[in-house]
Amino acid sequence: MNHIVIIGNGIAGITAARHIRKLSNHRITVISGETPYFFSRPALMYAFMGHLKFEHTKPYEDWFWAKNRIELVQDYALTIDTVLKHVYLQSGNVVQYDILILATGSLPNKLGWIGQDLGGVQGLYSKQDLDLMTVNTRDISRGVVVGGGLIGIEVAEMLHSRKIPVTMLVRETSYWNSVLPLEESLLINRHIRHQGIDLHLETELTEILPDVHNRVRAVRTNKGDEFTCEFVSLTAGVHPNIEITHKSGIATERGILVNEYLETSTPNVYAIGDCAEIVSEDSTPKSRVEQLWYTGEMQGETVARSICGERTKYERGILFNSAKFFDIEYQTYGSVPARHADEKSLYWEHPDRRRSIRIVYTSEQVIGFNLLGIRYRHEICKQWIAEHRSIEYVLEHLDQANFDPEFFERFEQEMIVLFEKQTGKKIHLRKQRSFFGFKKFLGNVRASV
Amino acid sequence: MNLIQIEIPQPTHPKESIMKKIGLAMFALGMLVFLSGATGAFENIKLFYCLGSLGLAALGGVLFILPSRNDGLPGIKNNGVMFRAISNRGALAWMTSVFLTGFYILLYWYPEYLKGLITSTDVISFGMTGKAATQWFLYGTIYTLAILVMGMKMIIKYRHSRYQIVRTISVMFFQLVFAYLIPHILEAFQQPEYYFTYFWPLKTSVLFPNDLQWLKSQPGALPQFMVFWGVIMSIIGVPILTYFFGKRWYCSYVCGCGGLAETLGDPYRQNSDKSLKSWKVERWMVHSVLVFITVTTGLLWANSIYGGELLGSASMYFSRWYGFLIGAAFSGVIGVGFYPIMGARVWCRFGCPQAAILGIFQKYFSRFRITTNGSQCISCGNCSTYCEMGIDVRAYAQRGENIVRASCVGCGVCSSVCPRGVLNLENGPVRGRVST
Ligand SMILES: Cc1cc2nc3c(=O)[nH]c(=O)nc-3n(C[C@H](O)[C@H](O)[C@H](O)COP(=O)(O)OP(=O)(O)OC[C@H]3O[C@@H](n4cnc5c(N)ncnc54)[C@H](O)[C@@H]3O)c2cc1C
Ligand code: SF4
Ligand code: SF4
Repeated sequence: MNHIVIIGNGIAGITAARHIRKLSNHRITVISGETPYFFSRPALMYAFMGHLKFEHTKPYEDWFWAKNRIELVQDYALTIDTVLKHVYLQSGNVVQYDILILATGSLPNKLGWIGQDLGGVQGLYSKQDLDLMTVNTRDISRGVVVGGGLIGIEVAEMLHSRKIPVTMLVRETSYWNSVLPLEESLLINRHIRHQGIDLHLETELTEILPDVHNRVRAVRTNKGDEFTCEFVSLTAGVHPNIEITHKSGIATERGILVNEYLETSTPNVYAIGDCAEIVSEDSTPKSRVEQLWYTGEMQGETVARSICGERTKYERGILFNSAKFFDIEYQTYGSVPARHADEKSLYWEHPDRRRSIRIVYTSEQVIGFNLLGIRYRHEICKQWIAEHRSIEYVLEHLDQANFDPEFFERFEQEMIVLFEKQTGKKIHLRKQRSFFGFKKFLGNVRASV
Repeated sequence: MNLIQIEIPQPTHPKESIMKKIGLAMFALGMLVFLSGATGAFENIKLFYCLGSLGLAALGGVLFILPSRNDGLPGIKNNGVMFRAISNRGALAWMTSVFLTGFYILLYWYPEYLKGLITSTDVISFGMTGKAATQWFLYGTIYTLAILVMGMKMIIKYRHSRYQIVRTISVMFFQLVFAYLIPHILEAFQQPEYYFTYFWPLKTSVLFPNDLQWLKSQPGALPQFMVFWGVIMSIIGVPILTYFFGKRWYCSYVCGCGGLAETLGDPYRQNSDKSLKSWKVERWMVHSVLVFITVTTGLLWANSIYGGELLGSASMYFSRWYGFLIGAAFSGVIGVGFYPIMGARVWCRFGCPQAAILGIFQKYFSRFRITTNGSQCISCGNCSTYCEMGIDVRAYAQRGENIVRASCVGCGVCSSVCPRGVLNLENGPVRGRVST
């Protein structure tokens, strides 16, 4: 029986702990500073908006850990001695390990803006940030969100939910267009504005201006505008939290360097989740940092398998992700490049301009799906991509992919009509099961109009 | 590149509208007039008074609710739920709870104190049934009004979800037509007051020997049909429908208790207890009630076959106590009275024998399940929090497992509130239903 010490109780560390417990009898200790118990970081926004209490963001009841013999220590780890196999904690305690897993997550980027340390200026990552934000946003007349990524739009929604007017500064020409293709990005721009958010594209923050109490009074942009506000959220991405490796001899670059088995340069030390930088020789780019909930989870599970006997390579598989932009849900499967080169893409938008479907394909097969305001099945999309299904096959079977609730409008027919119009090819729709063939009848009517 | 031509932004910050205020004033005035009628002050203008005051209150309610269409774009409307006293077990919630509980105690055990109010509804009762109102008539009228008015609120709140709209219209329809109009119209035609949407064991009389024999002895074809309908539905109809659609066809589309929970009770759904412990308590309680009622029914039949020698008068006590404990104390006082404190489905979850039977079918013989969408769950907890049945939906979703739980009433709210589109209520092949 080994003593396995995990630093960080986020999704990566906790998934590792749970799976190690499932697979073995090792002693497990999780050391983490932020909160005593694991919580869902993506759910922080819902606690601020009053959909949930912070309590509700904890995926397991508090008795769960003792019952599963996972020891929790709320403390900060300061340094590691990889020779003695010691971890030194802020409280002065020392923990001896046999195997160490680093799952320390990320820290918000601060890009050196003038005034970034003023009162009322902050990022959003931790529970402490959330509490601070609650204080910082009390009775304010306007908040400014800097950054056009996933966290930026979440912060905008959070403020909006408390009826605080929001100005959003986005450097790009359109929201999140480094990831979203143009049409989707425009759709989201529209939706953001429709919510009443004051969205400024191609606008960069140049300076945060102080008042006499050293709190933010206004921000200035590269376009020379000045926006009065009492709160600024800096959401310019995150970077791996590698402070713990300082002087430990564990190799780092952007993140803690690991191979495809999630092993660091030091034997018996692994790194997983946001803090890890995975180096794999035969891929481009040579190394990558994955800052997602899902990848943290998969890495945790992989490392547990390696530790419990079977050295396992981390394989991410077919990409997927999801988010929600105010009221519009987003799901993506496979690869949907923001700007396409050789591949073709079938994009359909609902007349209400709040829902869309995109299927990306090559001459051989379908490679990706993007959905806004419509739900698709993960398993089916994954399977089609893995089985190299052609666009024709996918369209013929598209009703299988739909995951919207019963009674919701369906759009398979629209996709087929669009495809036929674009390519001149003919798709033979699989016979749909529906009451009295009514839907099919409707579909035919619509198609013939 | 300047492709970004976008229409003028429209701020949609909700404003307290004047209509809302007028609605509230009308509601208050209507209630005031209705209550003051209890003193007999409006003896001479009864019809005008009764319809006028209730109508005013209902219209006020509708006016109050309608402007919520302008509460921003369609979507999930849970902002601030955990901050407001009424939805977060604050003072307002406790006051509401005491008021409702008190009302039920008066209704069940001290109806004489409600006499004024009951006679106030005489006019409607005479119009519909030709008889004077009883406390149950008063109750049924208020109950139906509550479902209709709050149903509208539900529809507006979930206007982005057809599933929620369809099932809300369904409970409104079944309450109004089958649980209110038809029984009273039957009465007017000298037929037995009969509820076509209630079956054994929720409505025990459907299978209790004495009641059955009485109904059978009534003249005409309709009572015979009622006997047939009740028995067939209780024994065959319920299992078959549950096999195809799960428990929801009843609990979220037809039942009046469910109807009130899903409309009047919707603002409180987050207050149900999600702990593992409460699940244990739930299973013991609800199945005990079912066992109790099944045994009672069996004994009553044995007794009736043996000509009453078996139990003597004991069977009378049996059903009377059941009526008191389960029918009144549980379903009414605790079931509705505790809405703001324990969530709206306390009765459905811990006490309803119909739910227990439907649940057993749903768990073991049904095509229904909630499908989990691959690995998209972010463990946020919205689904579990807003499950009125106290199911820890997240516990399954985050492991990628489907949810097949006896207690799930198929309200679909977990699926609606999930920000990642992870959950879907579906009927499909029974094989492979649990794992994905
Ligand atoms: C607001 C927000 C919304 C998000 N939404 C999504 C989403 O919708 N989908 C998605 O895929 N991803 C989302 N993410 C990203 C996702 O939350 C992260 O990728 C994920 O939480 C990383 O998990 P982790 O276990 O690697 O690290 P973390 O969750 O960061 O956990 C690491 C823990 O270790 C602790 N720690 C660090 N150093 C030490 C030390 N030296 N001693 C003790 N403890 C230490 C930290 O305090 C922290 O609690 C979101 C992130 C944020 C901030
Ligand atoms: S699990 Fe979902 S559908 Fe079932 S009762 Fe709970 S919230 Fe409703
Ligand atoms: S609401 Fe959706 S994402 Fe959140 S825990 Fe439930 S299933 Fe997972």
